[in-house]
Amino acid sequence: MDVLIFLIVALPLAGFLGLLFFGERIGEPGAGYIASATVGLSFVLAAISAVDFFQGSEHGRTIELFEWIPSLGLNATFLWDPLSAMMTLVVTGVGALIHIYSIGYMHGDPRYGRFFTYLNLFITSMLLLVLGANFGILFVGWELVGLSSYLLISFWFEKPSAAAAGKKAFVVNRIGDFGFLIGLMLIFAKFGSLDFAHVFEAIHENAAIISVGTATAITLLLLVGAAGKSAQLPLYVWLPDAMEGPTPVSALIHAATMVTAGVYMVARTGLLFELAPVSQGVVATVGALTALFAATIAIGQRDIKRVLAYSTISQLGYMFMGVGVLGLVGGVFHLVTHAFFKALLFLGAGSVIHAMAGEQDMDKMGGLRKKIPVTYWTMFIAWLAISGIFPLSGFWSKDEILAIVFNRGGGYVVLWAIGLVTAGLTAFYMSRMMFLTFWGAPRWDEGVTPHESPPSMTLPLVALAGLSAVGGLINTPWKPTLEHFLEPAFELVHQSHLPAAGTQWVLAIVSVGVGIAGILIAYRRYVTRDTQLETGGRWDTLLAGYHVDDIYGRTIVAPGKAAADTLAFTADAKVVDGAVNGLGGLVKRAGAMLSKLQTGLVRSYGVGILTGVVAVLVWLLVAGGAF
Amino acid sequence: MIPFIAQASADGLQVEPHWYMALAAVLFTIGAAGLLLRRNALVMFMSIELMLNAVNLTFVAVDSGLGSLEGQISVLFVMVVAAAEVTVGLAIIAAVFRRRATASVDELSGLKG
Repeated sequence: MDVLIFLIVALPLAGFLGLLFFGERIGEPGAGYIASATVGLSFVLAAISAVDFFQGSEHGRTIELFEWIPSLGLNATFLWDPLSAMMTLVVTGVGALIHIYSIGYMHGDPRYGRFFTYLNLFITSMLLLVLGANFGILFVGWELVGLSSYLLISFWFEKPSAAAAGKKAFVVNRIGDFGFLIGLMLIFAKFGSLDFAHVFEAIHENAAIISVGTATAITLLLLVGAAGKSAQLPLYVWLPDAMEGPTPVSALIHAATMVTAGVYMVARTGLLFELAPVSQGVVATVGALTALFAATIAIGQRDIKRVLAYSTISQLGYMFMGVGVLGLVGGVFHLVTHAFFKALLFLGAGSVIHAMAGEQDMDKMGGLRKKIPVTYWTMFIAWLAISGIFPLSGFWSKDEILAIVFNRGGGYVVLWAIGLVTAGLTAFYMSRMMFLTFWGAPRWDEGVTPHESPPSMTLPLVALAGLSAVGGLINTPWKPTLEHFLEPAFELVHQSHLPAAGTQWVLAIVSVGVGIAGILIAYRRYVTRDTQLETGGRWDTLLAGYHVDDIYGRTIVAPGKAAADTLAFTADAKVVDGAVNGLGGLVKRAGAMLSKLQTGLVRSYGVGILTGVVAVLVWLLVAGGAF
Repeated sequence: MIPFIAQASADGLQVEPHWYMALAAVLFTIGAAGLLLRRNALVMFMSIELMLNAVNLTFVAVDSGLGSLEGQISVLFVMVVAAAEVTVGLAIIAAVFRRRATASVDELSGLKG
């Protein structure tokens, strides 16, 4: 039913508009209930609408709302196919849980209503992004997501660091969007349309319609956009800073949904990437390097949320590896499971921070296991899931990606090795975080009495813990439900395949082994030897994220500022303003001179008039030939 | 009658047309001189009226010589406009005088550049 699809987007939009005008008046907790209800209803509608895909009786359809930009042939059209259904379910499902969590988390905030307004705006934008049937709608959603992210990161804008973080996220995303937009223009120039269906059909009918070079250019530009939104090298720097926002925002935007937009986009345009082998390699390499790079930084972090932030970047790297080698199902699969366990980790971290009265430094934690058991045990599941321990969700999705990359052979084996090392590092830094936070002796500040969070916060944790535990079962090698589910969306793409069962077994055992090794090393270091938070030397380098921010600051931001200063204080103030002021000054001086004529003596004016009249008369007489 | 100003004709005594022009020129000059030389706004005003009427005189004189009517009609217009102008002008002068206790235009130099 088409109206249901329309309502999926319209409900959060209505919530946003309603709260925009009445949110502050409704206040706490009404605004939270309304916002949660709209998103929850959207999820229910999406689930109802997706039933046909589960039964295999439908392959996707488009719902046209209205003509948008006729000169470009762009219409406001939604695409309801398995991929967008999957994304919609994740966005609204995880989104609804995080909305509910926020009801408790944002308790007492002076801008409570505003927060839920922004959350609803974000969900609306994200749904536009995943439901758009052409690059136009996708791009609108893409930009709106960036806007809501900016609003939510700098939600506590009284803090200068939060305001700066929001600005940084926006600017870095703009860099990516710039590449993305050029990519879209190239697509339009090449195909004369921005419709997914039109573009993909054209390629399907005749792959020679587009040269490998053009396809490579387009896909690399799309990758620039995806790298910005999905926080990949070299545009990842905004995500760790985005932790300045309230924790539910970190969970919603920077773990579960917004950052997956790039992965979704690459998966959606998989057919274009298929035509450009170079781009596939670039995407997979960027993903692998990002995964490793971010994982090493995560090891050295002190702030519990920053550990998770770098972990998110690292896990997004896996997804890029997956979609890069055209293991589209694998990439989307990891996107889904990651949404579960990373949202859970962030919400758990939020619960910890809540319990510690706002403390985020792991140095001041420890021994929280007994104090906040629900948080501990739910995060326990997420910890094992992200570490890739059998049979939790992370194991299935991460291993699918690694196996596909390995099966690609050649240079991709190197990427597989990087992925494997990263898996070990992931297990290590997540264990470090868990041990430092929950185990050992308390290192709390005086006056802090940890207490478990209210049910509105713990219930979403439990729900997400359940999903993190069993979510991987939707796509096992024996019963690839997700693969069948997504088949209609990827039917035109020749996807990469998993290796033979024997190889799969070996790879799985190796990667679980690496994960367990990572946990054991962390156990020996932080539990047996009770190592405290490290400082100095290399740890400081890691803590500062290899000083990438400083490097960017010196090589890009500082020259940019210098150029802006030059333009503002020389080119603008001296040249442009100079020309304007000079002209003004000239007129002023001329006026001053001419105003001397205005003596204020009426009779002198009379003389002037008379002289003029006489002069004209004389001239007339002379010209008329009287003399 | 002085013969070089007027001469007898069938209709009676006729003034030579160029004397009208001469009179008008004299009146105009007196008016202009008054305008330039006097400081009292009222007197300047009267001078302007004099200049206007000098012009009126040329209109009528030339017109009667040409035997047309346009100039005479123009004179009526000039008189009407002048009457209106006098009304406004006198009101302004009266208002200025009440406020400044002077009608000397040299002291009314607020718009001096």
